[in-house]
Amino acid sequence: MTADPSAAGPAPDGARLPDESRPADGRLSPDGSQAPDLSRPPDGARPTDRLRRDLALLGSLIPPGARVLDLGCGHGSLLRHLQAERGCVVQGVEIDDQSVLTAIRRGVPVIELDIDHELNNFDDQAYDVVVLSKTVQAVRRPAEVLRQMARIAPRSIVSMPNFAHWRNGLRLLAGHAPVSKDLPYAWHDSPNVHFGSLADLEELFAGLGLKVERCIPLDPAGRRARCPLGLRNWLASAALYELSGPPATAALARPTPAA
Amino acid sequence: MPGQSAGRHVGLVTPTTVRLFTPDDPLRLARGGRLDQVDVAYETYGQLTAAKDNAVLVCHALTGNAHAAGFHPGAAKPGWWDHLIGPGKAIDTDRFFVVCPNLLGGCQGTTGPGSLDPATGRTYGLDFPLLDMADFVAVHRRLMAHLGLTRLLAAVGGSLGGMQVLEWSLSHPEDLANAVIVAASSRLTAENIAFSAVAREAILRDPGFHDGHYAEAGLTPESGLSIARMMAHITYLSGEALSAKFGRAAQQVGQQAGFGVDFAVESYLRHQGEVFSDRFDALSYLYLSRVMDYFDPFARPQATAAIAAARPGVLVIAFTTDWRFDRRHSLRIVARLHGAGVPVTYRCVPSASGHDSFLLPIPRYTDTVGAFLDRAWEVIRA
Repeated sequence: MTADPSAAGPAPDGARLPDESRPADGRLSPDGSQAPDLSRPPDGARPTDRLRRDLALLGSLIPPGARVLDLGCGHGSLLRHLQAERGCVVQGVEIDDQSVLTAIRRGVPVIELDIDHELNNFDDQAYDVVVLSKTVQAVRRPAEVLRQMARIAPRSIVSMPNFAHWRNGLRLLAGHAPVSKDLPYAWHDSPNVHFGSLADLEELFAGLGLKVERCIPLDPAGRRARCPLGLRNWLASAALYELSGPPATAALARPTPAA
Repeated sequence: MPGQSAGRHVGLVTPTTVRLFTPDDPLRLARGGRLDQVDVAYETYGQLTAAKDNAVLVCHALTGNAHAAGFHPGAAKPGWWDHLIGPGKAIDTDRFFVVCPNLLGGCQGTTGPGSLDPATGRTYGLDFPLLDMADFVAVHRRLMAHLGLTRLLAAVGGSLGGMQVLEWSLSHPEDLANAVIVAASSRLTAENIAFSAVAREAILRDPGFHDGHYAEAGLTPESGLSIARMMAHITYLSGEALSAKFGRAAQQVGQQAGFGVDFAVESYLRHQGEVFSDRFDALSYLYLSRVMDYFDPFARPQATAAIAAARPGVLVIAFTTDWRFDRRHSLRIVARLHGAGVPVTYRCVPSASGHDSFLLPIPRYTDTVGAFLDRAWEVIRA
């Protein structure tokens, strides 16, 4: 594992705007309350939305012109950015009604599918990069989703909030389930179904034969965290991983998608 | 008339008929043969911009017609897609110039097997050449040229209409900035063909069919055609919708059991069959349904080469309870386009109404078409 060379790079220092894509909170998809007005816009340019910091950082890992699949693409902000700024050929997957509609309205091609059960609709190695941003903790079967991702593209980029962040630990010691910027939900109202640490996630990667090519620890604002990489499991609020492999993907059963 | 139902309408509309092919310039058909004379009935709604960049062509389904929106003089009911097409609606006639032709082989203004063959002065009957999806597209393209259109902002269609849009976007993607393919199929299953086969048998075996020259003999295969329709109609609905609408309700309380119309659902089907045989031509039913059976565009060599190069926007919509063309049909289209590197937008819209959902005002469906076309409009206005 190497520290990220581009980390000091182009992450724009954008302020959060209400119509940003996925909320920075690790929720599977936004609830639609922040969806931009879908009524007929006036002619002419719409305001350019600025990309959430962690998404900008994630985007900087993707080579220009790449074919990119974003699982749980939300309103499609990352993909729109990759389309417009990096000339990528993009495809989103999302299941939340309002998010799908918003992505369509923004010109991001989006397929309404269940990530947990329907990734077999994508061909082997159909993309250069597949992204799972702050979604792995909210899918039912993370291992299966990660396996499918490795089948669909040679590179995967995965980010996840870190349950073992020291502030979360303090919350637990104080007798309460953690609530933070990266884990903003009350215990009874969270779309997250898995509460793992970065160390846990890295173990899962290793168990699946996925090689971590790059790890970028993030602070609660979605910037690169200023912590020693070795202490990321306590000091990082979330982390971004770039993964490759495993090479033997052909063994995966892939049922015929259609009649 | 306008104002009778909620929402705004395009108002009064009248169909136009134009001769698009003549003996000097015949339509050469994809499966061989030619038609020396092709007339096409169509309607338009909205205004074409000076740049001619806002045209949306609507392709209708098996038994549809050119009257997609607005009201014919004196009519109580609007066109068949009026909830989708009109001022401020998903296909917004305040912004788009909408064209809806009756398709080749139809019986509602456009040349079909029930038309007079200019060479013989008789109706074509079964002498009408077999058609192909590509022939529908060839005629649509000629209509575009007639209207001075070089490129469509979008082609939109449901069921057989969606299949025309798919054919078009594969064969001539340069014509379309966007394609909207609703409740369609890229290849009928054995079960689909089986249903069509029974429908055709019902027509062909009706003594009134008279080898296709029933009109001259003063006959109609109305019994066969209405049986065909009754059966097809079942495939357009869902078990859920039928149960909700009729359950096991008796047609008349206290009625004795027999072989009459005992149940409400029987009465409904009989009515559907009768109405249909009054308005639709049996020959058109045979020819058009046969086109669907043979349609298999992805089987062609290099099927996706052109669309992969042109990369129009593609929206594919399925409905949860559609079992005529269930979501796997739509997903097959998505997978094939996708495999060719064409980005696709796909939704499966929850609806209890089966295949017929594509004709119904389901908000998630109409909002999706609206959002997709809003974006299309924004792109040309940028």
